[in-house]
Amino acid sequence: MLNPSLVFQIPQPLPLDSGQALDGAQIAYQTYGTLAPDASNAVLVCHALTGDQYLASPHPITGKPGWWERMVGPGKPIDTNRHFVICANVIGSCMGSSGPASIAPDGRTYAMRFPVITIRDMVRGLVALLDGLGIDQLHAVVGGSMGGMQALSLAANWPTRAARVLVLASTARHSAQNIAFHEVGRQAIMADPAWAGGNYYASEARPDNGLAVARMAAHITYLSEAGLTEKFGRRLQDREAKGFGFDAEFQVESYLRYQGSGFTRRFDANSYLYITRAMDYFDLAEEHGGKLANAFAGTQARFCLISFDTDWLYPTAESRHIVHALNAAGAKVSFVELSAAHGHDSFLLPHDQCDRVVKGFIE
Amino acid sequence: MTLRPDLAAIAAHVAPGSRVLDIGCGDGALMAELQSVSGCDARGMELDGALVERCVSRGLSVVQGDANVDLAEYPDKAFDYAILSQTLQTATRPDLILDELLRVGRRAFVSFPNFAHWRTRAALMFGGRMPVTRALPVSWYETQNIHHVTVEDFRDLAREKGARVERAWFFANESEIGAPAANWRAEFAVFELSR
Repeated sequence: MLNPSLVFQIPQPLPLDSGQALDGAQIAYQTYGTLAPDASNAVLVCHALTGDQYLASPHPITGKPGWWERMVGPGKPIDTNRHFVICANVIGSCMGSSGPASIAPDGRTYAMRFPVITIRDMVRGLVALLDGLGIDQLHAVVGGSMGGMQALSLAANWPTRAARVLVLASTARHSAQNIAFHEVGRQAIMADPAWAGGNYYASEARPDNGLAVARMAAHITYLSEAGLTEKFGRRLQDREAKGFGFDAEFQVESYLRYQGSGFTRRFDANSYLYITRAMDYFDLAEEHGGKLANAFAGTQARFCLISFDTDWLYPTAESRHIVHALNAAGAKVSFVELSAAHGHDSFLLPHDQCDRVVKGFIE
Repeated sequence: MTLRPDLAAIAAHVAPGSRVLDIGCGDGALMAELQSVSGCDARGMELDGALVERCVSRGLSVVQGDANVDLAEYPDKAFDYAILSQTLQTATRPDLILDELLRVGRRAFVSFPNFAHWRTRAALMFGGRMPVTRALPVSWYETQNIHHVTVEDFRDLAREKGARVERAWFFANESEIGAPAANWRAEFAVFELSR
């Protein structure tokens, strides 16, 4: 591996929202920059559904640059010359933290015996890691999409652990439409004969076809109609005329197939099931008596929310909903909707205004 | 940094350490002054995303929002002061905004360009066209000022709303003038209200 991750062994069983506990769980993580002697400069960046701890360093499987290198690094908006930046693989995932592909205490792979987890459970794992690193209070917790859910969950459930909370392109609850798209993905995986009830780890065949279809469907939700039109239009791939067949004739088909198959090389199908389920269960208000403002009552943290006008997965209205709750709770909150062409994925892409807001808020 | 005269008057009369909501906070000049000089806990609301970005990047807590709808989300008396500077005349319903100001703040500061200033009157009377003056520099078809108001109109509205005028300041040529004949002489007015 290019970048062997650091691994933190959670010393006690990790309690879960389901009532179960995870024994011997571990968290794989990366750090960037240097922790100050008083541990005051730590920034935790939480990753999205298919993200991982390779935030600002090359991915060991794909060799591609870190997923947020444009945002995190020396002199970048989240400046590793000043801040000690931590990014950890969430539990349930497959890049070194405990998940369905891990070995259970009985010596066999968990597969579908892995307990169903929630966003709050992921954050419990992250809090255990912070305890292990001796960090009482983060300078900031930052996350986009599912990472934003984790940042909000940390702020709501461990209100003293972060002084600043930065949430990009996220939501306080999964909508029916969000759940519906995830269910399409899960059904695609489970309909693949190679999935075999989740027990495919010992066999040659993997549910790559199902996982690829899941990724293709989800990928559409990360982009905007205008962005797809601009990038592909109705252009054909490597041909002059329609072939009257079912190959990937359109560029957009070819692109989606490439995205789907590339994804299967680095992601575990069962992890996809568990993490999408965790996101579907996410409803921060429900955890706090049905009122979102209650989730933030008495918080001393400063919040900043950023939405993108073409994001139809977690549209601006979802961020506004959070802002209203924070206002009602009397929290210090900033919010801006940025204009961007590329839908939900805009938070990952170059955007000068976004960089300036992040930099200003984090400093 | 020099504040606009109406903002300077407001800044000078906000009690130190108070909680303030600046509606239509622009680039955050007043908020920054209130935080650094008066130790206030200042929050802002601004419609223009580019201005919100400038505020956030200077460390201010500002929400992109529309005063016509988003004030409703704040609890009653959440702030010691609600400030609306040079924004009343752009509101869809200035009367409803005033209600909201007096609901979310214990006191309200409102500043606006006075449409009854003699230059405006003269432009209309002798020019016969919608005035374009120093205080109202944008032509009728481009201006955001859709509800022009005069000092006396504002006093009437405050009375109708059961609001008490605690203090008022008037400005012409960038400096403060006295209250007599303010409806003729003032280019801008600032009112401090309570209810």
